[in-house]
Amino acid sequence: MFETLALNAPSWSDLRHFVPETVLVVTFLLALMADLFARGRRPAGPFALALGGCLVALAAAVSSLPAGPRSILGDLVVVDGLAGFFRVLFPLIGAITILFSWASGEIMGPRREHKGEFYALVALMAFGMCVMASAADLIMLYLSVELVSLTSYVMAGYMRTSLRSTEASLKYVIFGSVSSGVMLYGLSLLFGLTGETTFVEIRAALLAGRADNFALLVAMVFVLAGLGYKIAAVPFHFWCPDVYEGAPTPVTALFSVGPKAAGFALMIRFFYTTLLSPGGGQAAAGAAAPDGVIVGPADWPLLIAILSVVTMTYGNLVALRQTNVKRLLAYSSIAHVGYLLMGFLMLTAAGLEAILFYLLVYAIMNLGAFLFVIALNNRLGGEEISDYAGLSTRAPWVALMMMVFLLSLTGLPPTAGFIGKMYLFAEVINRHWFWLAVVGALNSVVSLFYYMKIAKAMYFTPGERAPLRLEPLHTAVLILLAAPTLALGVYWTPFKNFVDRAVAGFAGLGG
Amino acid sequence: MGEHVLSWMTFAPLVGMVVIAFLPRERPTLTKVVAAAAAAVPLLLAFQVFATFDRSTAEMQFVERGSWIAPFNIEYFMGIDGLSVTMVLLTALLSFLCIIASWRIDKAVKGYFALFLLLETGMMGVFCALDFFLFYVFWEVMLLPMYFLIGIWGGPRKEYAAIKFFLYTLAGSVLMLLAMLAFYFNVRNPDTGAHTFNMLHMMDQANHSPWLQLSHVRHLIWIALFIGFAIKVPIFPFHTWLPDAHVEAPTAVSVILAGVLLKMGTYGILRISYPMLPDAALWFAYPLAILGMINIIYGALCAMAQSDMKKLVAYSSISHMGYVLLGMSAFTTQGINGAVMQMFNHGTITAMLFLCVGVIYDRAHHRDIDGFGGLGLQMPVYTSVFSLALFAALGLPGLSGFISEALVFLGAFPTYRTITIISALGIVLGAAYVLWMLQRVFLGEKNPKYDSLPDISARELATLVPIAAVVVWVGVQPSPVLDLMRVTLNNLIATVGR
Repeated sequence: MFETLALNAPSWSDLRHFVPETVLVVTFLLALMADLFARGRRPAGPFALALGGCLVALAAAVSSLPAGPRSILGDLVVVDGLAGFFRVLFPLIGAITILFSWASGEIMGPRREHKGEFYALVALMAFGMCVMASAADLIMLYLSVELVSLTSYVMAGYMRTSLRSTEASLKYVIFGSVSSGVMLYGLSLLFGLTGETTFVEIRAALLAGRADNFALLVAMVFVLAGLGYKIAAVPFHFWCPDVYEGAPTPVTALFSVGPKAAGFALMIRFFYTTLLSPGGGQAAAGAAAPDGVIVGPADWPLLIAILSVVTMTYGNLVALRQTNVKRLLAYSSIAHVGYLLMGFLMLTAAGLEAILFYLLVYAIMNLGAFLFVIALNNRLGGEEISDYAGLSTRAPWVALMMMVFLLSLTGLPPTAGFIGKMYLFAEVINRHWFWLAVVGALNSVVSLFYYMKIAKAMYFTPGERAPLRLEPLHTAVLILLAAPTLALGVYWTPFKNFVDRAVAGFAGLGG
Repeated sequence: MGEHVLSWMTFAPLVGMVVIAFLPRERPTLTKVVAAAAAAVPLLLAFQVFATFDRSTAEMQFVERGSWIAPFNIEYFMGIDGLSVTMVLLTALLSFLCIIASWRIDKAVKGYFALFLLLETGMMGVFCALDFFLFYVFWEVMLLPMYFLIGIWGGPRKEYAAIKFFLYTLAGSVLMLLAMLAFYFNVRNPDTGAHTFNMLHMMDQANHSPWLQLSHVRHLIWIALFIGFAIKVPIFPFHTWLPDAHVEAPTAVSVILAGVLLKMGTYGILRISYPMLPDAALWFAYPLAILGMINIIYGALCAMAQSDMKKLVAYSSISHMGYVLLGMSAFTTQGINGAVMQMFNHGTITAMLFLCVGVIYDRAHHRDIDGFGGLGLQMPVYTSVFSLALFAALGLPGLSGFISEALVFLGAFPTYRTITIISALGIVLGAAYVLWMLQRVFLGEKNPKYDSLPDISARELATLVPIAAVVVWVGVQPSPVLDLMRVTLNNLIATVGR
């Protein structure tokens, strides 16, 4: 279907299919300008503008879910079901981040500067992530990744006077630029091999056998390194714990879900479009055949399987030893990438559905867990596990909500996290990757231990008894996140249908 | 209520839990009354089920069915047959009595009773669910309240015991999850052709895909399921969580743990593994018998070595669950009826034992067997109740334990002579540890330290007498319980057995 589209020159009318992204860019610019008038005061203008902009973009995205793929802006961008899903997810993540940053001392504290810019940057990052999800060309791929990265560097170092925050930012910049350089090298190899920059054309060239297998493998691994850095898969994860710990917690929360999801979007887009061709392949006895056939030399799903196992095992094992909750959640987020990669290497629609469903659920529950850390940091001034001692008596409902997030992150019913994990495992089992399923399942058991360390502190360890009241805004957003975490564990049909529709409208997978 | 008996039994405690969450913290008695009321609903309905249950059919009864998650073919499908009905009755009875037995809890009262009710919902649901997914959800829902009940209200090493229990059981259940998914993708609903979680469809071998008919596949799935269930039973060598959990848990939680939760392991094997993979069940029958024998002997030997009363009872549970395994591995009608009967009887007997240990612990604040002596003079009523429970545990004729153990041996002997003969030694060992404990605690010199110990209270007696009545009644007249299960189990053996 793709090949039939002629090369389109960019035109203004293309923007009709680019509304959420356009709204986010305009929001960014307006919020920056509003910030000029808010110097020194509480930046209500930028906050309201950014929040409103994200919500408008969200509404626009929900109301205009793309039916089929459409190539716009000179074939640099493709708007399809996959893009449609992510342009719902990213403004949602942005809006939640903006909401809980407003009451966070780390962002809005008296010693902070450029408070308004923060909200503008969140909108910009949401825009960058949306573009990552719809990039259809090597150039756009690189531009969007860099846009998100540069925004991230600034946000990680937002607490200018904090040594840890600036250190986090610097580390992020160094790791980021190296891996982006490696990726760029991979992309240029790919261009050199095929002479094309559009994903679809690259696949056509590969199918025609124009590329040397070994060179293609090298190019692929380099691109994987760049994207692996974005999603923090082992062994490209080294920046992750330090940056997560050093950055202001609201930023960490955003990092742990936003760029990760965007990285997955781009990985799906890139690999499934360039390296997969349609048609039923051969499969093991009894297993349904994958929906796509691998183009090119390497058995790259096996490579990803190894990456997945190493990532989840490493993340979980190192998380066991953490005492700082932000670091713990950083390593746990690495482990979750491992689970997600299991769905990625299935090369099937059901695998993609599982990934998208999990990303949605993961965004909700992980933001919830981080919001808990933010809200308590505001009151207790720390984020060690031991700080939460006796919380079940000090703030029983807050502790209960955190319990819901922790159970969901572990993947226990009846929470959304269980459903997400079950869909991932279901597809892995259905494709007969049994060893992968067993490793993944046992990893979930390991993760139970460190999530329950937080539960143990809250419920078993006696601490102070004085009641603790959180910022009302924080409590409100916590409820807003805990409710779906629980509700989606009991009834999730509408969300599943939403995700299925997105995958059905995806241009890749041999479309 | 008439049509939704099982839903009421399952979810009435959950409603109670929600109500308790909103009660004021300053009124603990109100919380306890609400909890008792919520647990009374399943108990009253249990009488109705017992009265109206059709004993002449192996079909599912009290069935409730509705679509839940259409895209994944998950149903809300509840029903009971002769296998589950005994477990449902046991759960309803013990849960209610345990709430009464917990009346003196004074730490975080709301949390305790809320979690206890959630636990009851999970247990009921497991025994009623006929959709594998639903079964799994209930199975997992039980873990969390158990974790907290041990971890908050438990003894000195409660945190260790709680997380150990949680990790062990979760490790087992994730394997069960994978087995469940493998079934889902390889079983088709004969009416619609879609994949299904319906257990009844999974039991019909005609619905299995060709891949699922490969014997090595079936053996692997059997093993995955078996590990999941074996951890729960617990079967040697997966038993090490049990003594820790039992010793640290508060009395009522120990009762539920031993009385109901352990049964879920064997229930799962009989409900899921046997009918869904009958050939693999036969393939594994001999190892299962050996494991049963190991459980019997090893559990009894460990029990004999204990100085802590609660630990002794905990190891005796391992030994007694061995009889269940031996009985069901024999594939004879006596064997399987004896096994399920033993599940029921062990539930009641061990509940009595733990409650009795709880009574003395509340008074003396320790459970050291050698720390007492001559209690028979000091607490005569208590002594007679505890002795009744102990005699039931060692299998004295006239009490319920004898019936089921006799049936197990009768059923197992034709199939496994040597194993049965060795296992029968367990009876002797059982008598040894029981009588030795009885002697050390209740007979002999009176320990002057406990001269002022009051005898068992009316409330404590009220929790023990109903169970004691069941133990004596079943011991004298086993047919009311046997009749409940016989048709179903004979049918199971006829379809699974050789």
